[in-house]
Amino acid sequence: MISDELHFLAPELSLLGFALLLIILDLVVKQKKILAGVTIGGLIVSIGFTVPLLSAPTIDIFYAMIAVDSYATIFKFLILGATLFIVLASQDYVNKFQRYQGEYYALLLIAALGLILLTETVDFIAIFVALEMSSIALYVLTGFLKDDKSSEAGLKYLLLGAVASAVLLYGMALVFGVTGKTCLPCVRSMIEAMSFVANSMPNPALILGMVLIITGFGFKIASFPFQMWVPDVYEGAPTPITAYLSVAGKAAGFAVMLRVLLMTFGMQSWLSMEWGIIIAVLSAITMTIGNVVAIPQTNIKRMLGYSSIAQAGYLMVGIATAGLAFNADTLGQSGLIFFLMSYILTNLGAFIAIIAISNKTESDAISDYAGMIKRAPILTIALSLCLISLIGLPPTAGLIAKIYIFSGAVQHNLLWLVVIAVINSCISAYYYMRVVKVMWLGTPSSQDKVPSSFALKFALALCCLGVLLLGILPGGFIGIAEAAVKMFGL
Amino acid sequence: MTVGLEHFLILSAVLFCIGLYGVLTRRNVVIILMCIEIMLNAVNISLVAFSRYVTPAVLQGQMFVIFVITVAAAEVAVGIAMIIAIYRKRQSINADTFDLLKW
Repeated sequence: MISDELHFLAPELSLLGFALLLIILDLVVKQKKILAGVTIGGLIVSIGFTVPLLSAPTIDIFYAMIAVDSYATIFKFLILGATLFIVLASQDYVNKFQRYQGEYYALLLIAALGLILLTETVDFIAIFVALEMSSIALYVLTGFLKDDKSSEAGLKYLLLGAVASAVLLYGMALVFGVTGKTCLPCVRSMIEAMSFVANSMPNPALILGMVLIITGFGFKIASFPFQMWVPDVYEGAPTPITAYLSVAGKAAGFAVMLRVLLMTFGMQSWLSMEWGIIIAVLSAITMTIGNVVAIPQTNIKRMLGYSSIAQAGYLMVGIATAGLAFNADTLGQSGLIFFLMSYILTNLGAFIAIIAISNKTESDAISDYAGMIKRAPILTIALSLCLISLIGLPPTAGLIAKIYIFSGAVQHNLLWLVVIAVINSCISAYYYMRVVKVMWLGTPSSQDKVPSSFALKFALALCCLGVLLLGILPGGFIGIAEAAVKMFGL
Repeated sequence: MTVGLEHFLILSAVLFCIGLYGVLTRRNVVIILMCIEIMLNAVNISLVAFSRYVTPAVLQGQMFVIFVITVAAAEVAVGIAMIIAIYRKRQSINADTFDLLKW
C-alpha cells in the first residue's frame, strides 16, 4: 500500500512543509530573523525523521521508484547537515538583503529536498525529476543577488545545466529503448539477459546511452570536459550558495552517479570495466586541469572553484575503483563516501570563514586577505586548517581520506592514476599555501577587526572539529562508510 | 515503405543535433533557450517511439515524456525570468556581452 510507505518519506515531506511554511511566514512576520530559526528547525526535524531510517529494512517503495537503504540514509545525513551549516553561516549575509529573505530560505530547503531525493531514487523518471527539482532551485539561488555578476552566473548555469540534462535524458531514452524498462534493477536484469544471448558483443545503443548518462552526471559533479561552468558560477553566486553547490550539490551528484553506474551498469564484468576506465581517464584529466588552472587565480572563490574541480577528480578515483573492482570488494564505494565526508567538512569550513571575512571586506580578492591573522585570528586559523586539509597534510581529514581512497585504487590496477593524483596533490599545495602565507605574513590593509556572529562561529568550530576528528580518529567514520555500501557487495 | 522505429530515431537524432548546434553557435540567449527546447523535444520523440514499438503494452515511455514536458516548462520559465533580469541591467540579450565572468 502506498499510504503505508509514506512514513519512509517523512524527511522529504517535512522539508517540503517547512519550505511552504517559510513562504507564508515571510508574508506575515516583520522580524525576518525568525525565518532563519524556522529553517534550522525544519532541517533538524528532517534530520530527526532520518534517524529511524537507520534501522529500516532495505526495500523499494512507490512501485520501485525510491529505495530505502543505508546508502541513501548516509547521504541524507550528509546533505541535510551541510544545509544546516549553510543556513547557520548565511544569516549575516542574508540579513543584508532588503527583500526576499523568506524565498532564499525556502529555495534552499527545496534544493535540499531535490538533492536528498536524488540520492534515493532508483528509476530514470524519478531521477530526472529529482535532478531538475534541485537544479532549478539552485539556478534561482545562483542568480539571487540580481546584480550583474550574479544574474550572469545564474543564466550561464541554467543554460549549461539544461543542455546537460537534455544529454542525460537522451542517454536515458536510449537505455530505455534497448531494455524497455526505466527502473534501475530492471534495466540491469534486462542487460544481463541480453549479453547472455548475444555473448560478448556490446549493444552500441546501450554503450552510447551509458556514455551520455555519464556525460549528464559529469556536468553535475563538474568533471572534465564539463567543468567550465564551475569557476564562473562559483564566482558570481552568493558566497553561501557557492559553498552549497560545492558540497551538497557535489555529494548528491556523486551519490546518484555511483548508484546508477553500479545498479544499472554494474555486475557485468565487461560493462563495469568499460565505464571504470572511462571514469579513470576523466578523473586524471579533471584533477590536472583543476589544479593547474587554480594556480594563477586571484579571486578566492574562483580559486576554490578550480580546487573543487580537482577534488572532484580525486573523488572520481573512487568511482573508477568501484567499476574495476566489480563485486570483488567495495573499497571504491566506501572510499568515496569517506572522502565526501572529509571534503564536505573541509570545504564548508573554508567557505564559512570566507563568508565571514568577505562580509566585512566586501571583496573576494586573495590580496585583500593580507595580514588577516591580525584582524581575525580565529577565522584565519580555521581557514588555514581547512586549506591544509584540502592539500591532504596531517593531522587533518584530507590526509586520511586520500590515503583511504587511493589505497583502494592501487589494489585494482589503478597505480598510474594514483601516481597522477599524488603529483597533483603536490601541485595543489602551492596555491593553497599561497593563501595561508598571504594571511599570516602579509601586511594588513586596515586594522579593523572582522566581526562574526555566534551562529557562524559555532558552525565553523564544528567543521574544524570534524576535520580534526576525521584526521585523528578516522576508524569509526570509515566503519560508517563501509556499512553504508554493504548493499553493493555480493 | 512503412514508417518504422528507425525513422523516428533518425528524426530524433537529427533534431537533437540541430538543437545542440544551435546552442553552440547562436549568440542570442532566447534562441539558445529555444534550441534547448528542441533538444528536449527530440528526446521526447525517441521516448514515445520506443514506448510505441518496444513496449506497446506499458506506457512508461509516454509517462516519462509528460514529466519531461512539465519540467521543461518550469525550466524555461526560470530561464526567461533570468533573461529579463539581465536585460534590465544591460539592455542586451547577446551572450557575447555577458563577459564579466570569463565564459
